[in-house]
Amino acid sequence: MSARDITRRVFLVGSVAVAGGAAFGIHAALRPHDNPLVAGLGPDAAALTPYVKIDGSGVTLITPRADSGQGAYHVQAALIAEELDVDLADIAVDPGPPDAAYWNGALAAEAAEFVVPAAGMVRNATEATVATALKVMGLQITGGSTTVPDAFDKLRAAGASARETLKAAAAARLGVDTETLTTEAGHVIAPDGTRLAYTDLAADLADMPVVQNVPLRAPETWRYIGKDMQRLDIVAKSTGTQSYGIDAIMPGMVHATVLMNPAQGGALEAFDTAEAMKLRGVQIIVPITGGLGIVADNTWRAFRARDALVASWGAPDFPQDMADHWAALDAAFTEDAIDSRKRDDGDVEASLDAGAITAEYRAPYLAHAPLEPVNAIVRVDADAAEVWTGTQIPRFIQRNVARITGLSPDAVTVHVLAMGGSFGHRLEDEVVKQATEIAMQMRGTPVKLTYSREEDMIHDYPRQIAMARMRGSVGDGRVEALDLGIAMPSVMASQMARQNQPVPGPDSQIVAGAWEQPFAIPHQRVTGYRARPLAPISSWRSVGASSNGFFYNAALDELIHAAGADPLEERLRLVSDPLARAVLETVGDMAGWDGPNPAPGRGRGIALTRSFGVHCAEIVEVSGTEAGIRIDNVWVAAEVGRVVDPVNLENQVQGGVIWALGHAMNCEITYAGGIARPDNYYAHEGLRMRQAPKIAVRGLENGTRVTGIGEPPVPPAAPALAGAIFAATGTRLREMPFNKFVTFA
Amino acid sequence: MRLNVNGTPREIDVEEDMPLLWVLRDELGITGVKYGCGAGLCGACTVHLDGVAVRSCQTFAADAEGTEITTIEGLGTPEALHALQAAWIAHQVAQCGYCQSGQIMQAADLLSTTPAPTDADIDAAMSGNLCRCGTYPRIRAAIHDAARRLQEV
Repeated sequence: MSARDITRRVFLVGSVAVAGGAAFGIHAALRPHDNPLVAGLGPDAAALTPYVKIDGSGVTLITPRADSGQGAYHVQAALIAEELDVDLADIAVDPGPPDAAYWNGALAAEAAEFVVPAAGMVRNATEATVATALKVMGLQITGGSTTVPDAFDKLRAAGASARETLKAAAAARLGVDTETLTTEAGHVIAPDGTRLAYTDLAADLADMPVVQNVPLRAPETWRYIGKDMQRLDIVAKSTGTQSYGIDAIMPGMVHATVLMNPAQGGALEAFDTAEAMKLRGVQIIVPITGGLGIVADNTWRAFRARDALVASWGAPDFPQDMADHWAALDAAFTEDAIDSRKRDDGDVEASLDAGAITAEYRAPYLAHAPLEPVNAIVRVDADAAEVWTGTQIPRFIQRNVARITGLSPDAVTVHVLAMGGSFGHRLEDEVVKQATEIAMQMRGTPVKLTYSREEDMIHDYPRQIAMARMRGSVGDGRVEALDLGIAMPSVMASQMARQNQPVPGPDSQIVAGAWEQPFAIPHQRVTGYRARPLAPISSWRSVGASSNGFFYNAALDELIHAAGADPLEERLRLVSDPLARAVLETVGDMAGWDGPNPAPGRGRGIALTRSFGVHCAEIVEVSGTEAGIRIDNVWVAAEVGRVVDPVNLENQVQGGVIWALGHAMNCEITYAGGIARPDNYYAHEGLRMRQAPKIAVRGLENGTRVTGIGEPPVPPAAPALAGAIFAATGTRLREMPFNKFVTFA
Repeated sequence: MRLNVNGTPREIDVEEDMPLLWVLRDELGITGVKYGCGAGLCGACTVHLDGVAVRSCQTFAADAEGTEITTIEGLGTPEALHALQAAWIAHQVAQCGYCQSGQIMQAADLLSTTPAPTDADIDAAMSGNLCRCGTYPRIRAAIHDAARRLQEV
C-alpha cells in the first residue's frame, strides 16, 4: 500500500460529565461548516455522537449505529482503540440510545453532512428536503454503507482527544509534565513506572478541559486498522450466547403474535375469535390496525391461536395480480413519467437508427427475509413507554410510539437490540406499532410480539419491481451508443410515506447504479421513469442499484457481444475513471481473464458497478453439468479507500456476492389476489451450501475516501452471472430470477 | 412431561404436540436454539436428540421424552469450547450469527459420523441450513478445520 492522504478534517472534540467519568465525542454544529471550530456550536452539553465513555467500569463505545451482522460495532470499537490505547477486547459496546442530555437538533445537521454524500437512500430529493427529512430521522439511521465513512475520522479523533485528556489528568495528579507520560493498554504510565488506570483517572475527567487538535497517528503505526482482528461478538455468536431481539425477556412478559390482512395494508373487516380463545394459554385477542393481535403465555400457543382465527379482509390499495404490476411498468415509459435524465452524452437519437439493437430487462419484487423474524417488546405505562427491538430507525420508532400512545417522544425509550440480519428489513417498524397497539390493552405488561415466518415474508415490504429498455449501436468493433430507460415505482416515496415524510423531487434510486457508471460510451443516455405506486416497497441491500446494476451491465454486454469485442477489454477501453480501471484490471488479473470461454462448457462473465461511491468489479465462472449450471468461482475487486478490517471486508463481500447470486438465481415475490408469495423458504431460498462458489476478494486502496462495503458487492454479481451463463450456454438472460429460464445444479 | 436437556432433567407441563423448539425457548429459557421458519426449511432450530441432529421446530415435545437433548449451550461454552466452536471463532464465520447455532449443531452431527468430511460430504450435510448473510465459504473452512482439530486430539 502506498502512502497517501486520507482526507483530513478537523473536529472539535467535546466531553460531558457522566457519573464517575466523562464521555468524549465530536461536537455537532448547527449547519454545514467549513471550520467546525468557529461554526455555531452549542453549549458544552452539545450533542456528541457516537462517543466513548470512560468511567470507573472501563471504556464503552456508545453508538447509535445498528449492527445487523455487518460488523459495525466492531469496526467502530477498533477505531477508538487505535488512538485511545486500550485493548480492543476491553471495549464494551452499548447500542442503547444516549441519555436525553446528549441529544439536540444539531445531530440532524451533522447527520446530513455525512449521510448525503454517501447514502444513496436519501439522495432522492433536494438538499433542503434531505436536511428536513434527516432532522426527523436524526442521525440514528443505519444504511447506505455509511457507518465506516462516518466513523473513520471522528472516532479516531475522539479517541485521541480522550487519551490526551487522560494524560493531562494524570499529569495534574502526579505533578509531572504531560510530555513525560505515555499510554498503554488502558493506563497512563509515568517516567518512574507508575501506572494509572483510565478507570482510576475517570473521576478527574469531568473537570478537565478536553485536549483538542491531537494529531492522528500515522497509518504505519496502526495496531488495529488494516490488521486481522477478532470480532468482539464472535465468541458469543459461535456459542449460542449472543442475545438477539427475539431472545429478550422482560419480567412478567407475555408472548404475542399477529394475524394481519394477508394483502398488505388492507383493512380488517370482520373477525371471530371464539375458537382461538378456547385454546390453552390464550389471554386476549384484540383488533389492531389491519389485523388482530393475539396474546398468550408462549409464542407457539399464540401462533396456534392465530391459525384458529377467522377473519375477513378489505382489499389492498395496489393491483391484486402480477400482470397488472408489470403492465404499470410497461406504461411508465412515457415522456410524462420521466423522473430524471441525469446522463445525456453525445447525440443518442442521431446515433440510433432503425437498426438499433434493443432489449428489455426485468427485476422482480424480492423479500429481505432475514432469518430472525421481526419482533419487538413494548411496555406502555401511564406516563411512559419502553421499546426493545432490533432496528435501523430508533428515532422513527420513538416518534411513532409517542404518536400511538399519546405520550411525548421524551417519554418513549427505545433500546436497540442485536439483529439476526436485516438487509434493509429493519428500516420498517410496523411490528413496533402493532406491539404498541397491543400493549396499550395491557398497560404495565411487557408485550413481546414475534412474527411468524409467514407473516414476516408476506408483509416484508419487498425490493422494488423494475423494468429497463435498452437501445444501442456498435461500429468498428466498438460500443457506440447506449440509451437505457429504467422504470420502477419510487422506493423512497413508498418508504418515507410510512413515516409521514413527503419526498418531493426526483428519486435518484430509480437510476442509481446506471446513470453514474464510469464508462465513456460516446452516445449515452440514462432516463428514469417513475411508475405509479404499486405494492409497498422498501430499501433492499443496495436499493436501486440492486436492479440497475444488472440492467446496465446486461445491456452493455449485449452491445459488446454485437460488436464482437471482449467483455473485459471493451470495458477497459471505455472506462473513464482511474479507480474503476484499476478495479477492472485487478479482477482480470485475479481471474487470469483470457476471454469468456476458458474451456468447453465453461463460461465467464464480468461486471462493474459503481454504487455508494464504490467501484466493485466481479468475474463469475460457471460450468454446465448434467444437473444444471454450477457456479464455480467468483473474483471480486473493490476500491474501498482503506481496508479497515480485512476479515470483515472479505466476509461482507463474500456474503454480498452470495446474497446477490442467490436472489438472481431463484428468488421472486409475486402477488395473486393481492397476497404475496412465497410465504416461507420453500422457495425464495437463495444460495445453499452446495451451490456456494469459491469467492476471492481484494480490496484496493487507491482512493482517498474510506468507504463502506455492505452494499457495493451486490449489484455486479447478477450481471456477471448472466454473462457467464451466456458464454457457457448461449442463453441470454434478461429477467431475474434466472431459474425461470435455465436450470441450476 | 420430563425432558433431559443438556444433561439436566427438566419437568414441564406442555401439550404433547408443542414443538421442542418452543419448549426450549419459551418454557425453559434456552435461547441458543433459534426460530427461523417453523417448517424445517432453514435449520436454525437444529438440536441433537441422542447425538443426532433434528429440527426442533418439527419435533413434538412428547417425541423427545426419553432422549438426551443437546442444544448449542450443551455442546460447548465460551469457557469450554467444542472444537467446532473454536474453529468457528478462528475463521470468524458469523456475520449476524443467527443461523450459526443450527449450523454448528448440524456440523457436529456430520463430524460424529464422518470425521474427515469431503467438500461433497459438507454439501450433503449442510445444505438444509440457510445462512442469509452468505457465510458458507467460512462454514466450509471451519468444518474442515474442526475435523483436523478433533483428529489431533
